[in-house]
Amino acid sequence: MSKVSLTQDVYAEIRAHGEETYPHECCGALLGLQSEDGWAIRASIRAGNTRTDSAHNRYQISPIELLKIERTARAEGLSIAGFYHSHPDHPAQWSPTDLAEAHWFGCSYIITAVEHGHAAATNSFRLTGVSEEEKHFEPEQLVIV
Amino acid sequence: MTIFIPTPLRGFTGGKDAVEVEATTVREALDQLTTSFADLRKHLFTPEGKIRSFVNLYLNDEDVRYLPAKEASEVKPSDTLSIIPSIAGGR
Repeated sequence: MSKVSLTQDVYAEIRAHGEETYPHECCGALLGLQSEDGWAIRASIRAGNTRTDSAHNRYQISPIELLKIERTARAEGLSIAGFYHSHPDHPAQWSPTDLAEAHWFGCSYIITAVEHGHAAATNSFRLTGVSEEEKHFEPEQLVIV
Repeated sequence: MTIFIPTPLRGFTGGKDAVEVEATTVREALDQLTTSFADLRKHLFTPEGKIRSFVNLYLNDEDVRYLPAKEASEVKPSDTLSIIPSIAGGR
């Protein structure tokens, strides 16, 4: 199983974000460095959810915001290591929609369940595979450092 | 010009996060990139040769989809082209 490590601050921040946007989904990017063990997340960046038509069960980050996040990562000597979002009143498990819309191979997708406004489980999944046709998510060990 | 490679595609560019190419249009730049790194092609293009729908391309700060000439847009050596796969999902 691959591993992703988060600082306590990042862990608290992404969970707080999910509580703040409840009952809508939150979303954002994770910046970090890759090591032999997996991603070491150093920072998170909040993003706006452009799916205002269905924000309770969908999220999308605008490409121009992604471009800015990518530039921020470069400026800080980091990479986009993955993304996070919340599942309001729904388990912290990837959904068919999450998989269909996932294209960042080798990156971590962290999901926090927010139950009645309170952050519950947080799980991480790595997008694995070599092509769109056979991509899949694998559970990751999430380590708080 | 410089093409910035996103995290998921760096495995196909020998780990490089940026690649320099000499090109006069966006399409030519992408063709050069995928000639140098052939395994990238299937991630950027459909079998019919169109840019995959989830691949966003930014010429400097402009979304190539919305440029008048789109992929035929001319580029200068000082330009940058960013490849940004989309992010979306939900329960």
